[in-house]
Amino acid sequence: MNRDLRLRIKTLVMILAMVVCANVGDLLLKRGMNQIGAVPVSLVGVTHAFALTVTNGTIWIGILFLSGFMFSYMTVLSWADYSYVMPAGAFGYALLTLLAVVFLHESVSPRRWIGVALICLGVLLVGQTRPSTTTVAVSEAAD
Amino acid sequence: MIRSILMLGVLIFASTGGEIAITLGMKTIGEPKRLRPKELAVFLLRALRNGWFWTGVPLMALSFYALLVLLSWDPISFVIPASALNYVVGTLGAKFILREQVTAARWAGVLMVCAGVALVAAG
Repeated sequence: MNRDLRLRIKTLVMILAMVVCANVGDLLLKRGMNQIGAVPVSLVGVTHAFALTVTNGTIWIGILFLSGFMFSYMTVLSWADYSYVMPAGAFGYALLTLLAVVFLHESVSPRRWIGVALICLGVLLVGQTRPSTTTVAVSEAAD
Repeated sequence: MIRSILMLGVLIFASTGGEIAITLGMKTIGEPKRLRPKELAVFLLRALRNGWFWTGVPLMALSFYALLVLLSWDPISFVIPASALNYVVGTLGAKFILREQVTAARWAGVLMVCAGVALVAAG
């Protein structure tokens, strides 16, 4: 098979894994915190809530997914350009908002959707930057 | 609403501060020459002896906990889009602390993220 096509498919699969892991991880954190309830603003409240979060299974599964995100993100950046991977990160905000509506039944107003769209565009633009603008000693390329 | 904004501030400044501290630490350590197990182990040991690294790690832990607290208070469709303010503070940090060059397109992106978060926060 064409090498270029294989590279594209490999990259897209990793980006998909990245977005799915990040969003599922965040949704699980939200679910875990819903089980725990609103954290009270007091020293005792915060300490008690901390003990509840480190013993909450849903939170830990969320952390596992977020580690999966970190792993796939770092892996894909080892061969793909940051400015190519970045749009997926921007798209993630829109997907998460959609998932919040579908799975958590949160209501999202048209104004908030416009805000999310602006954030996606903004993040896209922030990502369009040269990967290294400072002078750092560059080591020889790996063989 | 006030407490959410304050906690969002903790989240953004702790995570950006943590990332900048780790970037500073990693830049003083330098790149590993080759990705071989022995050199990676030496690289890791040097990172663990770096002060910037140990400034960054607690800040990132704090930002994660701030995220959990915020999620316990507010809908996720507010919290996650609002956390995009990271890009704004991160760009300012890249410009003024790490002395990276920031392009006009990137500044435009920062403004758009700000406007977007304002709309998301307004509900």
